[in-house]
Amino acid sequence: MRAPTPATFSSGLASSRRTLRERLASINRRQPDETAWESLEEALLGADVGVATTMATLERLRSTAADQDIIDADELVQALADQMRAALDADRTLHATAPDREGATPVWLFVGVNGVGKTTTIGKVGARLSTDGQLVVMAAADTFRAAAASQLQTWADRCGAELISGSSGADPSSVVHDAVSAAAARGADVVLADTAGRLQNRKNLMDELAKVRRVADREPGAVAETLLVIDATTGQNGLSQARAFAEATDVTGVVLTKLDGSAKGGIVFAIEAELGLPVKLVGLGEGPDDLVDFDADSYVDALLGVDAG
Amino acid sequence: MFDTLTERLSGTLRGLRGRGRMRPADVDEALAEIRLALLEADVNVAVVRRFVERVRERSVGGEVTASLTPGQQVTKIVNDELIDILGTSPLNVQFASKPPTVVLLAGLQGSGKTTAAAKLAQWCKSQGRNPLLVGADLQRPAAVEQLRTLARSIDVEVWSQAGETGDRGQASDPVACAAGGLAHARHAGRDVLIVDTAGRLAVDAELMTEVARISDAVEPHYTFLVVDSMVGQDAVATAEAFHATLEVDGIILTKLDGDARGGAALSVAEVVGRPVAFASVGEKIDDFEQFHPDRMASRILGMGDVMTLIEKAERVYEQEEAEAAAQRLVEGTFTLDDFVDQLRQLRKMGNLQSIVSMMPGVSDQVRNAEIDDDRITTAEAIVLSMTPAERVSPEIIDASRRARIAAGSGTSSAQVSNLLKQFTQMRKMMGGMMGLGSKRRPAGRKAARKRGKSAGGGSRTGGGGRATPKGASRAGKPSVADIDWDALDLKLPGR
Repeated sequence: MRAPTPATFSSGLASSRRTLRERLASINRRQPDETAWESLEEALLGADVGVATTMATLERLRSTAADQDIIDADELVQALADQMRAALDADRTLHATAPDREGATPVWLFVGVNGVGKTTTIGKVGARLSTDGQLVVMAAADTFRAAAASQLQTWADRCGAELISGSSGADPSSVVHDAVSAAAARGADVVLADTAGRLQNRKNLMDELAKVRRVADREPGAVAETLLVIDATTGQNGLSQARAFAEATDVTGVVLTKLDGSAKGGIVFAIEAELGLPVKLVGLGEGPDDLVDFDADSYVDALLGVDAG
Repeated sequence: MFDTLTERLSGTLRGLRGRGRMRPADVDEALAEIRLALLEADVNVAVVRRFVERVRERSVGGEVTASLTPGQQVTKIVNDELIDILGTSPLNVQFASKPPTVVLLAGLQGSGKTTAAAKLAQWCKSQGRNPLLVGADLQRPAAVEQLRTLARSIDVEVWSQAGETGDRGQASDPVACAAGGLAHARHAGRDVLIVDTAGRLAVDAELMTEVARISDAVEPHYTFLVVDSMVGQDAVATAEAFHATLEVDGIILTKLDGDARGGAALSVAEVVGRPVAFASVGEKIDDFEQFHPDRMASRILGMGDVMTLIEKAERVYEQEEAEAAAQRLVEGTFTLDDFVDQLRQLRKMGNLQSIVSMMPGVSDQVRNAEIDDDRITTAEAIVLSMTPAERVSPEIIDASRRARIAAGSGTSSAQVSNLLKQFTQMRKMMGGMMGLGSKRRPAGRKAARKRGKSAGGGSRTGGGGRATPKGASRAGKPSVADIDWDALDLKLPGR
């Protein structure tokens, strides 16, 4: 293990910020012409915002620019930043308890495709909640991937959480049920449930996940958060992931992982702006402290390479 | 979602028909469509820009030939360019004359290196090799354990110790671990060494230096960059960094069984200038195949992987066998033996899901429905539990025979009855169809779409929808693919 370096949203994004500013350097001059608009388009597309969302965003910006007589390229970037920040207005509250289910044991369910970092995210969320003095139980309901439970065990040991796991190939719903029962018996504050990664076009696996959520929401448990984990390197497929997982499991928020690399994670802008799914947490590394709350202002600034105030 | 590029282009270029040459303005309009299609497929913007320029150069002034519409012509140029970048032919792994052949896998976190390592080991075994896996991912908790579990299922040894001799403990230095693995491979006479490394970000200088040191220690014959097919624009930055550090020889594209278009493959291949070598197409250990650039080109453009589908069907379904079965069907002598033969043919074609996903024009509902290989196994078990006489004349099967068959195949009497009913219906139905003559329709887009629609009634509950790879069976031939799998209820008790 490398020494954990507590990350902040801005420091983790430093690398992405530089390259984007370079990209936009060409439009930082007087009189935005078509070249400037193309640069803006390439900047958004290059950050994985996606074709449809990019086109819609720039269309709105064009009418704003026409209405307000914006002729300066810097002003144009500023207007774009304002517009994008305004689009990221969803409620990002992480719910400690399920609405109207105060007595029940709250469950946070983590879902997503393979390799996005669900298990690592649970480890980091567990570390954060434990530090806050909460009694955490983890459910190793990824019974498919080899050694997934052992990986989660390592994280559970690090933060003093109890891990409930089943045998390899066991029914994930029953693991979640066992974990919720155990948590209720011990008076735990929250259950963090890991699930196996699955591609969203596998219908039977999505049905299985819907069942896991139903079981987790049954007495004595209640699902307080269903967090979709999205890898910052994900391209347009992220929207398809968000739609499918939201339909199967009633997703309440998005965790954007691996934003400490060179990827911009622009697809979550499309996900929140188009589907209204709020981005709640951001992963910035492999250490237990490398998890921060999502901040729309810093995110947009980094995406467009403009300075935060 | 947009339609396929071919459809988009045929609309744009309709006016071109009858003209002698393509004018720049016509081509520009087509290129705008191509640009959008590539961007939607997650090809990097810079790569798209260069790509569109090259297509423009080749298209402007090009003759509009008689056999191709302008839309088809531009599509062909685009397709050829795509294949040029992805690699004109599959990368054929040459095993070293002095073993072991060393293969190093590197990539971002979560791209699927560990799974790819085990799948590659299985592929090497299928080539008659004797591989050793090295678990040099000492970063992620339980990564080595994951590799060991996968390796156990294919009976391959995993090395994850630091020293050459005597050092028994778990390794802590990935460089020493990899070097130890190489020494062990030589000592134990393994002819392929596959080194799994920890996932790392391209911007992490420290870890990039470490993977370079691992590479220096084992001097790989092949360095494969493992790339998730869902990756977007960042594929270029990542590939550049890994290529600069490691000199990548080829790419392994993972999670290709998802619904991502996989434009990242194009971005990476363009940047690295090396072909995609392998593709991972499912969760099972042998869902791993050599990569075919022409087919990927079609997928990126949304044309459907028709070639792969056709070849898969042709390779497995021996023509004569099918004809003979068809003949017996016409004569009403189609037996349960023929039936089970067909089941095996169907399964030999591999992961059914991957077959369906290759078919163009198939509705999403069908594409996404689950096809269960287990059901084929169960149907096979039922038939194999029958006596030869019963297989030829299933009408002799009474209650007591049915109970015996059920016990023998681990199913229930009801399941046996169900299968027999389906078999009889199929024989009747197909017999009738054969009598109507054998006018064969080409399996074009329209036909495929129609089939997709008719099979699209899968229910949400009850173990997955009904979706059989109908396109895999030629029209007019008897096929188990036409069975209503849902009605069959072949779920084994207790599953």
